[in-house]
Amino acid sequence: MSSSLLPYFLMIPAGLGFLIPLLGRSRIRPADTLAALGTGLLLALSLFTLGKTGKHLVGGWPQPIGITLALDPLSSLMLTLIAGLGLCASIFSIRALDRHTGRSHYYSLFLLMIAGMNGVALTRDLFNLYVFLELASISSYALVAFSAEAEDLEAGFKYAILSGLGSIFILLGIAVVYLCYGTVNLPQLAERLALAPAGELINFSLILLLAGFCIKAGLIPFHFWLPDAHPAAPAPVSAMLSGILIKALGLYALARLLFNVYDLSPGLGRLLLGLGALSMIGGVLLAIGQNDFKRMLAYHSISQIGYIALAFGLGTPLGIMAGIYHLVNHAAFKSLLFLSAGAVEYRTGTRDLNELGGLRARMPVTSAASLVGSLSIAGVPPLNGFFSKLLIIFACVQAGRQGLAAAAVIVSILTLASFMKVQRAAFFGPLKDKWTGLKEVPFSMQLSLFLLMAACLALSLLVLPGLREQFLNSAQAVLSAGIMPAGGSR
Amino acid sequence: MKEGMSLIVKTVARWVVGFIFLYGIYITAEGHLGPGGGFSGGIILACSYILILIAYGRRFASRNLDWRIARIMAGVAALSFLALAMLGMIFETGGNAHFFDNLIRKNLPGTAFHLFSGGNIPLLNLALAILVLASVFTAFVLLAAVRFWETRGKKFFSSLEDGP
Amino acid sequence: MIIYFLILLLFAVGLYGLLSQRNLVKLIISMSILECAADLLLIAAGWRANGSAPVIAAGQDAGQFALSSVDPLPQAMVLVSIAIGLALLLLLTAIALRLYHEYGTYDIGEIRRLRG
Repeated sequence: MSSSLLPYFLMIPAGLGFLIPLLGRSRIRPADTLAALGTGLLLALSLFTLGKTGKHLVGGWPQPIGITLALDPLSSLMLTLIAGLGLCASIFSIRALDRHTGRSHYYSLFLLMIAGMNGVALTRDLFNLYVFLELASISSYALVAFSAEAEDLEAGFKYAILSGLGSIFILLGIAVVYLCYGTVNLPQLAERLALAPAGELINFSLILLLAGFCIKAGLIPFHFWLPDAHPAAPAPVSAMLSGILIKALGLYALARLLFNVYDLSPGLGRLLLGLGALSMIGGVLLAIGQNDFKRMLAYHSISQIGYIALAFGLGTPLGIMAGIYHLVNHAAFKSLLFLSAGAVEYRTGTRDLNELGGLRARMPVTSAASLVGSLSIAGVPPLNGFFSKLLIIFACVQAGRQGLAAAAVIVSILTLASFMKVQRAAFFGPLKDKWTGLKEVPFSMQLSLFLLMAACLALSLLVLPGLREQFLNSAQAVLSAGIMPAGGSR
Repeated sequence: MKEGMSLIVKTVARWVVGFIFLYGIYITAEGHLGPGGGFSGGIILACSYILILIAYGRRFASRNLDWRIARIMAGVAALSFLALAMLGMIFETGGNAHFFDNLIRKNLPGTAFHLFSGGNIPLLNLALAILVLASVFTAFVLLAAVRFWETRGKKFFSSLEDGP
Repeated sequence: MIIYFLILLLFAVGLYGLLSQRNLVKLIISMSILECAADLLLIAAGWRANGSAPVIAAGQDAGQFALSSVDPLPQAMVLVSIAIGLALLLLLTAIALRLYHEYGTYDIGEIRRLRG
């Protein structure tokens, strides 16, 4: 049953994305309504498929010939995250776009971005993965430059050039793979790679793909686009970019290839470990000096992505599970933080932390949301960030890497310090005179902040034994099972 | 006031534009049998419009070729492409329901190597050609409009930010 | 073998342009050159010496045809990749034009307001 549902994950967002620009304006505001309904429907569908497996043959062509869409616990987890964040971001967008023109184009690009990410999560074909990746990327370039202010255009151009370079690396990697192994079907490719002797070309294709996906993920030697692109985008878009895009296009695709196709070797694991540790430490050090609220959050994204890459690089079952758990949690709390930063900007018109102060008295919901997000990202119990960071540290110790565990603890403390600074500068302390007339953000924005706050609290329940086996361990089993079987259900 | 390029260019453009358009239709229609297809055909079709735009100048083009209609055409073509892809999902059930299923070919196989043998592929090509034609043309007009905005004030450019 | 060196050369030219040029339009051209290099590598992956075009004619045996023709799959991939490249090119051009509007220059040295 669930296998015939898979195309709807592409159809619904793509169809609505093409339909919305055709509709005019009326009192029911078709663009907002359809975007919220569409993402809500996607969320319902993805919750229904959560934890299931299934396979859909596009065009009815058998497995190695045609494109296959396949569902497994990991991809259904990604689909749920994409749809959930998409729903929150589209509810937030209703009022956040008040100062922008071209609302229908915004929603069109937004939905196409979701369609692209869903495609990346589902496809079992390397070239098809590239196509969906580009669909999501090109929509996100346009969304970053959407405000069409000078700085946003500049950030969008920079993002498009650097991320486009990443796409070209991925395409070259695919070309090398096809040149050597004559297939782009992932299970068949995994089979042929396992039989083929280890040579230079296998490493060459791996390096090209690794470079491309690391640019998409924003890991540290490849991070230059990220701190410009995330602040420049409208708040719901930066929540989507940081919350899910860099993970779906970068880390998820990379993990899928490394674990299920290339059969992660210890050396490769060490490389991922190094990149993760570098991003984790470098990101937080760069974040501490920032005064721009969203820019600081962008640097913290690099740091948290480093945690996930580090956990994946350990390669142990506990490490992979901790990485997936942190991926889920980061999606919730980082989008909450970006949306609350967007809410502050919506009312005050500034992102400069030095200009803000004492907003707690005037904007209680926003400041509560920001507090929950801050405590969660800093790893304060009982919020979700605490449990996943604890699991990552346990996994490091278990794998015999005490140094990395210590680094993870120190980075967590630095993160806490950095967010305490934000809370003190923006929300606590005396109210500055120019903000006395401030009001709380409109209801639709509060609603999406509430939803994400509830998610931050609820996701910490995933650490409980019954739920953990059902959601996290099943997703982890997908990655640690090694190369994907050609004829199996996935 | 003189607009566009010289008389020679205009005359030659007037002569060849029909042939370019016809060639685009040929490439599109033949896509399921030989080299060609919706994307290549659509680009050639768009080239014929862009030739008019370049030869006769922006103002002639904005008077006679409406990019708003082109944008609606692009949306409708994209939606009909998706609808054709959904045919197999709607009219088949169970294990036979496939995305992009060639349902028409199953029921009306036609003779191989003849025009009516591709099932829904020619229809997909047609939708794709219209989509590419309309969107490339729209993009070109809008890029040309940026300079128009510089010289004529914000009137033209702001009209496209309002939505249809 | 020489074709791979030529593709590598093309790739190097594109990468050099991307790293060294300061003009937005030249950056866009460098992106296009890089895409061409990737597309050419894909086409070369399906190449076969003295192969025929991958279009089957009436009365031809399919097995016999598959032995003599070049691989059509990379050609389909390249078509998709060209379409993607076109989308990226149009978007970059639009952003560059708007940037020219804001700053009156295509030089990234003068545009740079963000710190990186």
